[in-house]
Amino acid sequence: MKKSVFFGALTVAGLAAGAAAAGTLDDVKARGKLNCGVTTGLVGFAAPDANGEWNGFDVSVCRAVAAAVLGDASAVEFVPTTGKTRFTALASGEIDMLARNTTWTFSRDVDLKFTFVGVNYYDGQGFMVPKELGVSSAKDLDGATVCIQTGTTTELNLADFFRSNNISYEPVPIETNAEAQQQYLAGACDVYTTDASGLAATRATFEAPGDHTLLPEIISKEPLGPLVRHGDNEWGDVVRWTLNALITAEELGVTSANISEMAAGTNNPEINRLLGTEGTLGEMLGLDADWAMKAIAAGGNYGEVFEKNIGESTPIGLARGLNAQWTEGGLIYSPPFR
Amino acid sequence: MSDTSAAFVRTEQVPPSPPPSSATGPYKWAKDNLFSTWLYGLLTFVSCYVIYVILGNTLPWIFAGVWNTSSLAECREVLDGVSGGCFSVLTERWNQLLFGFKYPQATEDTPRTVLGLLPTVGYWRPSLTFLLFFAAAAPVLFYKLPRKLLLFTAIFPFLAYYLIWGGTIMTPILALVGTVVGYFVYQRLVTGSFAAGFFGGIAAAFVVWIIGGMLIPENANEGAMLQAVPSRDLGGFMLNMMLGVACVSLSVPLGIALALGRQSDMPLIKWICVIFIEFIRGVPLITLLFVASVMLAYFFPPGTTTDLFLRVVIMITMFSAAYIAEVIRGGLAALPRGQYEAADSLGLDYPQAMRLIILPQALKISIPGIVNVAVGLFKDTTLVSVISMFDLVGMIRGPILASTEWNGVYWELLGFAALLFFVVCYGISQYSQWLERQLATDHR
Repeated sequence: MKKSVFFGALTVAGLAAGAAAAGTLDDVKARGKLNCGVTTGLVGFAAPDANGEWNGFDVSVCRAVAAAVLGDASAVEFVPTTGKTRFTALASGEIDMLARNTTWTFSRDVDLKFTFVGVNYYDGQGFMVPKELGVSSAKDLDGATVCIQTGTTTELNLADFFRSNNISYEPVPIETNAEAQQQYLAGACDVYTTDASGLAATRATFEAPGDHTLLPEIISKEPLGPLVRHGDNEWGDVVRWTLNALITAEELGVTSANISEMAAGTNNPEINRLLGTEGTLGEMLGLDADWAMKAIAAGGNYGEVFEKNIGESTPIGLARGLNAQWTEGGLIYSPPFR
Repeated sequence: MSDTSAAFVRTEQVPPSPPPSSATGPYKWAKDNLFSTWLYGLLTFVSCYVIYVILGNTLPWIFAGVWNTSSLAECREVLDGVSGGCFSVLTERWNQLLFGFKYPQATEDTPRTVLGLLPTVGYWRPSLTFLLFFAAAAPVLFYKLPRKLLLFTAIFPFLAYYLIWGGTIMTPILALVGTVVGYFVYQRLVTGSFAAGFFGGIAAAFVVWIIGGMLIPENANEGAMLQAVPSRDLGGFMLNMMLGVACVSLSVPLGIALALGRQSDMPLIKWICVIFIEFIRGVPLITLLFVASVMLAYFFPPGTTTDLFLRVVIMITMFSAAYIAEVIRGGLAALPRGQYEAADSLGLDYPQAMRLIILPQALKISIPGIVNVAVGLFKDTTLVSVISMFDLVGMIRGPILASTEWNGVYWELLGFAALLFFVVCYGISQYSQWLERQLATDHR
């Protein structure tokens, strides 16, 4: 009884917070700053540099939204959140949006009452093994010892994968990525499994990255994307279409280098609509006509952001893979600007 | 005849000969302490070997260390396969480790203050506070210093607040004025009764704060002499020190009050204290921190939340006060009944008896326990990293290890953190042992 009263109070408080923050777009404009939730630090995705400046793949989404809404990519207050505090920070209105490599799942969308506005990175669980093991497929891993983070979905995915392939394994439970790195290098386990992007970032820090290989099997779906609160669709639209603008810009060949040239007007009506020289898309969103131009100019289009932060020229060295444009065999796809 | 026989009598003493070499010097010391039996001899050799192995591996690693590269990859290139530490992460991220990554740095364009010499923001503010802290702590820690220095100790909290957070100078001045008014009201009323003085003083201070708070204009922080720094921008070891100092100094008086309250004859006070202590001791600190950072946001209307730093200080203070209360209760229980009766027979009332007779003895007994709690509390301040505050450990685990340059450097960073904490905790422990020796008035 007491418990239900308590949760009832929580729900009411949550609803009140949601209702009070109904006009997030107006709030952000009035404040002059976007409060964006990010991780406390994940290589390539979000981390402050030596000068305290935030950089990374997720950070770029925040900056693009700030540029679209406020016209200034630096008008962002980055609120670092942990895996445990991220959802309450968003639900309580402390942050306006969350761009923190968060997997889009049914329960987070429906039960926790958030709106995932899209996917900016398609991740999945992979395996890393030393090359000297001579393994070329995860199905050859019968009897292997596997380092695995406890209490995560990766643990369950792993059990499912080995059972469905009728092979056995011995788990070595570990707590953090740092611990996993040490255990794996010390030879306490043959295989390390976690999200493929995390594996690549971890491998990049090894003294001899070439001695380790990522197996081709990806055994789970981890679509990561920015999210906002339920119930404020105007704001959700702003974040969704800012992300889509970055994706469309890559598809149409609009880059931070040629954007000022293209903004003068082109023969391609979709580019013109995107950059605001034709049509009234910005007005429909409640933003300036050149909102998308500012968002793209902030850090470049989706491909540029990817290359700069996690792409093959960086130490992390992730290939586009699933995250290539749909025209190049990937899943990155934006609805048309029309 | 008698003259010749006298030749056999010594007129001066034989000078003492040095002891045999087997009974003195390093030889004897080694024989007594290291090789007194063959078993001990064997253990000595084994220990020497263990020390050799440890030092033989760590010293080359430390001496071969690299101090001036800008990334882990570059450092490994310089080392070229030799085992050595990449200490350049410490030099490159030095300010971040000490002050967090958001504490505003002074640049060329920063406006100057104090005759145009000092920038309005910058690391000089927390650094100066740190130095002043020693001056403020000295008269409390060393009771032989002139008592007038305590005046500076009393001002220090307000000064430290002003230096670290900046903003309008009216805030700390108002806080100080309120405290002073409260103190004088206490002085005035305490002759009648202690309770009247105590609560009267608190009420007077609050009246001053509330009235004064209305007088400070909303935008007083703009154009202040020291630029305002929000709590969210604090971090690094500075945050650990601030939390440690604030919480220890607040929790000792609160702990004494709780310990006395628990022994009170008044059932209401007694039960409040018992429930408070038992509840807080029964809950992990990390739970309290989550309540402070996450749950409270639900209960306040959006935009009116209390400062996160303040919430955390309150929670950690409550936590350690409950432990200190139990330590002091042990000290109170260890005093012979006769001391209480002696105080009563002198005609002292309860506050006088406590202040003059009971507490000085009980606190002396409790020193090791209080220091134990203080050291534990100081190390517990690293727990704030789980609620995304960037203390020293939070800085290491979050921003620094997540940067593309330094991902993968563990020993150097965590060893540095361990070293900083060791210096502080060992210092506290040495001080407490010195204090115990100074106060040793018992019959030996």
